[in-house]
Order: sequence, then structure tokens, then C-alpha cells
Amino acid sequence: MKSHLLPDYKVTIDRETCTVCRGCVIQCTFNVYSFNKEKNRIDIDANKCVDCQRCITFCPENSITVAPTPIQYKQNASWDRENIRNIVKQAEAGGILLTGMGCDKPDFTFFDRLLLNASQVTNPSIDPIREPMELRTYLGSKPSLVNLTSTGESWTDISLASPQLQVETPIIFSAMSFGSVNLNVQEALARTAVSSGTYFNVGEGGLNPRLNKYADHLVLQVASGRFGVHKKYLDAGAAIEIKIGQGAKPGIGGHLPGEKVTEEVSATRMIPKGTDAISPAPHHDIYSIEDLSQLISVIKEATDYSKPVIVKIAAVHNSAAIASGIVRAGADIIAIDGMRGSTGAAPQVIRDNVGIPIEMAIASVDSRLNQEGIRNRVSLIAGGGIRSSSDVVKAIALGADACYIATAALIAMGCTVCQKCYTGKCPWGITTMDPVISRRLNPDIAAKRVENLIRAWSLEIKEMLGGMGINSVESLRGNRHQLRGVGLTERELEILGIRMVGS
Amino acid sequence: MKTPIGVKGRNNPYGDDKVIDACSIFGMMDQQGRSMAGRDVVEAMTNMNERTNGLGSGYAVYGLYPKHRDQYALHVMYDDRKALEWGSGFIDSEFKVIHDEEIPMDRSHCKADAPIMWRYFVDVNPDRLNGTGEEDFVVQRCFSINTSEKGAYVVSSGKDMGVFKGVGWPQEIADTFHLDEYRGYLWTAHGRFPTNTPGWWGGAHPFSLLDQSVVHNGEISSYGTNRRFLEMLGYQCTFQTDTEIFSLALDYLLRRRHLPVEVVANIFAPPLWKDIDAMPPQQRNLLRGLRMVYGGLLMNGPFSIIFARHGLMVGLTDRIKLRPLIAAKKKDVFFLASEESAIRCVQADLDRVWHPRGGEPVVASCGNIPASTNTVLVMSS
Ligand code: SF4
Ligand code: SF4
Repeated sequence: MKSHLLPDYKVTIDRETCTVCRGCVIQCTFNVYSFNKEKNRIDIDANKCVDCQRCITFCPENSITVAPTPIQYKQNASWDRENIRNIVKQAEAGGILLTGMGCDKPDFTFFDRLLLNASQVTNPSIDPIREPMELRTYLGSKPSLVNLTSTGESWTDISLASPQLQVETPIIFSAMSFGSVNLNVQEALARTAVSSGTYFNVGEGGLNPRLNKYADHLVLQVASGRFGVHKKYLDAGAAIEIKIGQGAKPGIGGHLPGEKVTEEVSATRMIPKGTDAISPAPHHDIYSIEDLSQLISVIKEATDYSKPVIVKIAAVHNSAAIASGIVRAGADIIAIDGMRGSTGAAPQVIRDNVGIPIEMAIASVDSRLNQEGIRNRVSLIAGGGIRSSSDVVKAIALGADACYIATAALIAMGCTVCQKCYTGKCPWGITTMDPVISRRLNPDIAAKRVENLIRAWSLEIKEMLGGMGINSVESLRGNRHQLRGVGLTERELEILGIRMVGS
Repeated sequence: MKTPIGVKGRNNPYGDDKVIDACSIFGMMDQQGRSMAGRDVVEAMTNMNERTNGLGSGYAVYGLYPKHRDQYALHVMYDDRKALEWGSGFIDSEFKVIHDEEIPMDRSHCKADAPIMWRYFVDVNPDRLNGTGEEDFVVQRCFSINTSEKGAYVVSSGKDMGVFKGVGWPQEIADTFHLDEYRGYLWTAHGRFPTNTPGWWGGAHPFSLLDQSVVHNGEISSYGTNRRFLEMLGYQCTFQTDTEIFSLALDYLLRRRHLPVEVVANIFAPPLWKDIDAMPPQQRNLLRGLRMVYGGLLMNGPFSIIFARHGLMVGLTDRIKLRPLIAAKKKDVFFLASEESAIRCVQADLDRVWHPRGGEPVVASCGNIPASTNTVLVMSS
């Protein structure tokens, strides 16, 4: 059957400057380039190009250009390129269309329509270079009463019933499992978590022994597949996350194809090599809130109440009510993953159509928990679409305690958001288990790059806080007075709990 | 423009996030509990006129009503006779009124729209409590009046104390209320420089609830966070000012949670994490716990406040001291002020003058008068 699919990109090599070093042939994991011995030149198959920019970055002569193809379907606002292409692909393959990374549609981002405040005259802004500026946060359940035991005239003691996670900057690496990313990536993130005073969530793929030495800075997941979950695993990390859902694919389970289940993956996940690793859509022991409550209790019992339990949910229409239930079920932290959150693989139709943006979810959850008087009993982590330090600041002002990031950290390592993670051929050596391609990701360099990113964002957050006249991040949490909306409807402003610019 | 009704409309007519103002503050306490006339306080305030713009000032006086020491003294402000009628009816139905009268005012000193001021000395009828604590009962009734939208506002509600405040310069307000005829062992005072309100009598400081009162200089950048925290605890922030935040937070922490004053100071203006990390384990544990639990009540941004209750006067600034506060002593008299000149002009010869550090509370307690209800631990000065 002849494919009707037109290429997305036009790939050109400047033949004047190209030295035919064949670097691009090696770099491209999608086989766009081949060496033509007869003509001593590089042949191009643009149909295969995914616009990952790997070849361009590494071409020593800067000879390559990849651009959107000028070949267009007849213009039609309804039957646009994406709709036509998707149908063509399905007509030819008859399956669910897969994709990687987060939703790429333009209309679901509210962060860009929020503006921050700064001090002028009536209160001074604070210069973070001269004055202390604190980003430390403790995540976990806070009691509504403190027990001060007075010892006569001297200082008194305080006891907090619930364990807390101490983060030095309100940015945490969200779940990226061994299998979806390789060990080099995991190790780089774990090291950065240690050096930056934060945490890395190892996802649902179990804990590889190579990460044991970073365990104090790891969040371990218990997901519906229960891969690699055993007593020692639960004891190892700093916190345990029960993964209910994920912003990129709410209501959908996970599927790691057998080809990616290598010897090592099989050992870590505790499943036979080469078998598909299926994470069912729901946990088969959680069909209601009281079941979740039981699982939380079981995990707490098993770990002697020594570490916080996070429950991660995808942001969906009734997140506020769900979150309220999760607090009452005993979670210490709720992670909410917005619809722009990324994934290694998800059906495109789910990714782009299910769930709600994180801004709306975090605002409504924070408001609801506050109205119910239980906001202190839980910390909130916002994730799914955090692209910059200002997104972090805005999310916290809307009510989050801290943010989860993943894509941003991968971009720091090299990822160009080509959305082909599900192919297992990540040209940057990130979302691939291929031992040869994986070597492209040097954990030392990757760790340094991510560490730089966290440092840069932290500095920027301090500048923004200082501008508002605030010198500690806890005074930003839920401080919606520091936000104004632009181009939002009355109702959107109301849900976000903010006012219009100029008012 | 139609005159807005209700606290929100009156105090924050442009509907801004909150009312913004700068100020002068002053406090003076005789630590032996001896009664003092208000003359010095007014003079000190007048000395700081620079810091205000004539749109509000006020005084809190403790030891004010020895004859009615055991009754709650409700100072209530009314827009008009109709509001007065409603308010008096409400108070009569909720409390046992022992005595009530109009607060004498000389209106020749004040700006045109001076309200009617009334005071009631009341007991709480135990039959009405239904399990609520007596103080909670009083607080709830005050909130009911303030949110009634009937044009009635409770200015103060403590025993043997009262607040006199309004729109005008410190001297004008003192003359309006005949302050020269009152005596007290503890006085706090405030002169106001609001920037986004034309000034409203109820919006002047001190803010007071039961016998706790606050005068405040500054703007809290954490207002949104603080307000949400208090709302979570069930408080309503009707006045939309930073000062109200302090007043409610003090009610929660001091009166309801029984926390010691120095602990409260550490909640409003906690040490930096790096300093907490370096403390001995027990102290570190305490301060870390306080910041975790009460991070929502960290008052971030420039402030200096003087808060008072019977037997106690406390001065505090934000942790990097972005607003001034001077403390001084002369024999048994303890002073706190925005400016040293204000203290010197009433007492040139001082035993001791010092500049408290940012976030460090200055606590003056009174030997003769037991610090009221539940203060577990008070650091002596
Ligand atoms: S990497 Fe650049 S120089 Fe080398 S063969 Fe490819 S296009 Fe030519
Ligand atoms: S991780 Fe790799 S495959 Fe996935 S988007 Fe980034 S560069 Fe592309």
C-alpha cells in the first residue's frame, strides 16, 4: 500500500560546505541520512525526519537545515494538517495514534495570561543579592494545633505528628520511570536532586540498585502495576507516591512494550524479560476513596509512619472534590498533574482532549481545601506544564506548595521536545533503552546542566519574590493578590481567584 | 456617589486588594500599673505629625474604666440614629447591659462626618453561651455587628479598656474625645497616612478585639497568604487591612491557642532558616515546627507594630526591620515609638534607649497587673 503521508519537514544539506563526514548518518536514530558511496554524498529521506535537531547540533560544518515543509494541504481551518494526517495514518495502520511529551495545543495555557506584582513606594522591594531570600519549603501534613510543652521559663518543644520533605527550592523532579527513561537520565536527576536539595521521583519502574546511594532524595512510586514494590523498596526512599493518574493520560494505564523490557528493566520491575509491562488504568485494589484510604494506611504501617505519602492525580473536572477526599483519606501531599503534563507515550486523542489545565486545578483545589478548613493538612504539588521560573511563582501564588517539573529538566539535558519518546529511539539518548544510544547521555554533563537550570530558576524566583517585597516563599503560597489576569473572562478570573489587570 | 454600606465599602471604597497606609506609632506603659494622663501620649504623637496626613488617628487606653472593671466595655460607632437604635437593641438582646451612655465628643474639632459613639458596659448571660466560651461569645457578637451592614461597628470590646479613634490629626482626635479627662496605665497610639482611602473612622487604628489591640505601621506583602490562612481558620477579613490581619492573628494565636508572646513573635517574624539550622536541637525543633505550621502567618514585608493587652505591651518589627521602632525606659515607664524624638519630647532624660533588632520582640509587662487570660510564658524585659 503506498503511503499517502506527506513529509512534515524539508531537510537540506548545503553541498558546498558538507565534507561528507557522515556524522549525521550516525547521529540520526530515525535513519533520515544514508551515505551514498557511488556519488560520495549524503542521501536524505525527509519522510522519516522528526525535527529533533540532533543532526544540526552536531554537524561540524553547520550544513544542515530542517524546516517545516512548504508542501501544504489546501488551506482549511477545519480540516487542518493535523486532522488530515491523523486520518491518513489511521487509515494506513488501523490503530490508536501514539505520541510523546505533553499537549501541544495553544489554548490551554493560563500562565501566560497572569501577571505578577511588584512593590513601589508604599512597601520596598527587596534585593536578593543584599538581603536574605528563602526558598525552603516543607512538604507534608501540618497539624492545626501545635503541642508546646512548657518547661518552666525556658524554650518549649514542639512535636509534629507527620513526616515532612524538606526542599531547598520549590522545584521537584516528577516521575520518570526506569524504562521510560534510561538509567543515565535517572542518575543525572538523582544527583541533581541531592546537590540542589530537592527530590527526584523515580516513577513506577522500581528502584535500580545504581540509585540506592541517592535514596534520601528519591520519591518512590506505587502505581497500578506495582512493579518492583516490596518492603525494602518502600523503606528506601524519602517519600512514597501513590500514582492514581497522570495529566498526559488521565484514566489511561501505561504500557511498556516488551522490547523495552531488557534484562535490567526486568530485574528492577520484577517481571520476566521481554514481556509487556502493563499498568492497568485503575489500581485493582482502589475502586473508591475508602480503598485509597486503606492503601495509604497500609503503606504508612509498612514504613512505620516515617515518610510522607503523596497521592498523585491527573487534573480533571472535579479535582477539588477528589482532592478533598484524598486529604480525608490521609494523604500527606497531593500532586496534581495538569493536562499539559508530559509522558513517554500516550494516545494522542487522550493527551489532547482529556483533563484540565493545572492553573485551574490548583486554584480550585486550594480554594476548596481552604474553605473546608483542611488546607494545612496537606501540601500541594503542581505539575504538568511548568516551563519557567515564572510558571513556578504563579503556580505557588495560586496555591501550590511546590512544583513538579520533568520536560524542563529533559530539555536541559538535550531534549528538543520532538514528541517521539514512544518510539524508543530518542536521538538525545533520553527516552531510549538502547544501550548504544543511551551512551549519548553522559550523566555527569546532564546533571550539571540540570543543576544549572535549577540554580537559574531559583535565582529568578528570588528576584520575583524580592520585587513583590517578600523574602520567604511561604508568604507567596496562595497569595493571589500578587496576580492579575489579562484577557480572561469574569468567570475564569473568579475560578483563579484573581482580579483583572488594572483593577 | 452613593455612600457605601458595610465595612468593606466604607474602609476600602475603591475596592482595592486592601487598604494601604503608613504611620506613626507610640506606646507607653507604667510597669507598676500607675495611672497616667494622656497628655504625653498626644504630645508625642503630635511630634510625629510628619508621618501622618490627618486622615486617621487613635488611642487605646488600659485601666480606663476601674468602676466597670469586670464588664466588657463595648465602644460602638454608629453612622446615624437608626443604626444606634438597631445596635442598642442588638446589644440589649445579646448581653446584660449594666450601663450605657454616649461617649462625650466635642465635634468642633473633628471633620464633618463624625459618627455617633456609644459605650456599653455589659455582662455575658451564662444562659446564652450554649457551650461557647464567654470570650468567643463576645467576639462572635462583635463580628455580627461589624458584618451586619446596618452602619454599626464595634471599635473595642475589652474589659477596663477602650479605643478612641477617628479621622483627623492626633491632636484633633484627642480633643474630640476629651482624652485629657481619661487616665490609664498603658496607652498606645497611632497616626495614619492612608494612600487609597479617603479615611473612615472605623478604619483608623488601633484595631482591637476583646482586650487586645494593635497599632501598626507598614504594608504586608504576604497579605493574600495571611488572609487565606485566617479564612481557613474561620475568620472573616472584613476591614481589608493589614492591621486587621494582625488583630485576628493575635486573637487566634494568643487568646485561642494560648501561645506565649515570644512564640507569637517568632511566628510573625521568624528567624531565617540558616539561623534556625544552627540552633541547639530543642530550639531548632521548636522554631522549625512553628514555621512549618504557621508559615501562613509569617508577616512578610515592612511592619512595626505595638500590640497590647492588660499587663502587656509588645513591640515588634519585620525580620529585616523595614520599619522603625525605638524602645526606651525611664524608671517604671516603658516607651515604644516610631521615632526617638517622640519619646524625647515627653521625656528628655531617659535611663535607656535602644533599637530592637528586626524580628526581636520588645516585651513590657506590668508588675501589678496580671497579664490577662492564658499567657503562659512572658519574657521579662
Ligand atoms: S554531519 Fe554535516 S558535514 Fe557531516 S555529513 Fe552530515 S551534513 Fe555533512
Ligand atoms: S525525550 Fe527524546 S524523543 Fe522525547 S521529545 Fe525529547 S528528544 Fe524527542
